[in-house]
Amino acid sequence: MQKTVSALVIGAIFGAGIAISGMGNPAKVLNFFDLAGSFDPSLILVMVSALAVTAVGYRLVFATRSSPLCAAKFDIPTKRIIDAPLVAGSAVFGIGWGISGFCPGGAIPMLGLGNVETPIFTVSMIAGIVAARTLRQRAVRLATA
Amino acid sequence: METAFTPYASLIGGALIGLASVMLMASHGKIAGMTGILAGVIPPAADDWSWRLAFLAGAIGAPALLVALGVMEIPFQVPVSTAAMVVGGLVVGVGATYGGGCTSGHGVCGMARLSPRSIVATAVFMATTFATVYVVRHVIGA
Repeated sequence: MQKTVSALVIGAIFGAGIAISGMGNPAKVLNFFDLAGSFDPSLILVMVSALAVTAVGYRLVFATRSSPLCAAKFDIPTKRIIDAPLVAGSAVFGIGWGISGFCPGGAIPMLGLGNVETPIFTVSMIAGIVAARTLRQRAVRLATA
Repeated sequence: METAFTPYASLIGGALIGLASVMLMASHGKIAGMTGILAGVIPPAADDWSWRLAFLAGAIGAPALLVALGVMEIPFQVPVSTAAMVVGGLVVGVGATYGGGCTSGHGVCGMARLSPRSIVATAVFMATTFATVYVVRHVIGA
């Protein structure tokens, strides 16, 4: 119960941050990437600010606690190898972000604002996640068969 | 479509995104990556789907509540076609799944802990986003 309620509150802080920062406004996002056109530098401040708070906050959390408040352990990715799926997947992700002006964290918080573009993007993105997940599992099955 | 430079709103909004990332690590021990959180509620869902669904509900509810209570207006402008949203969504979903994360997971949480994978992922997707916007707006759209 505590775990669910705290996730709701944390999600709300995340969503408010996206809305206030402008990360959920496709025109603003695309303008950040349009150096040769209608450039708007706002998003670099979103990234720098989010990164600074997270870097300092993570250090404090890891320095003062050996486990999280509502879970048994910290679940942190341990993989360190730079492989082809990471690089190719990230390259493809950037193409999609540049086509639409939406990334997953930017889009989801805009779902409740009554526009039509966000649900269209989100349904399509979920289809992409399901397709990629299915293809990857099939590749693993083939490799281990 | 021009948008105004909003330094204070962007700094405050970014700080809130960071605060949420720190809180999720402190309480749940999890990376606040939207792709991973969302993927965990898509069937076959992860065993711990309930906190993920609560996070998504909060993320969707908060901006709607801010608008409904008249606290603020949330600018929302779309300079691309519906087809671009459909194609972009599909490509984002595939890329973020293979790449193991997106702007929040790699760009904020992973970069904050200096993960080499996240540093590479962020550098790569920032580069291809710049390139895509240039091609769409100044090569195809020129």
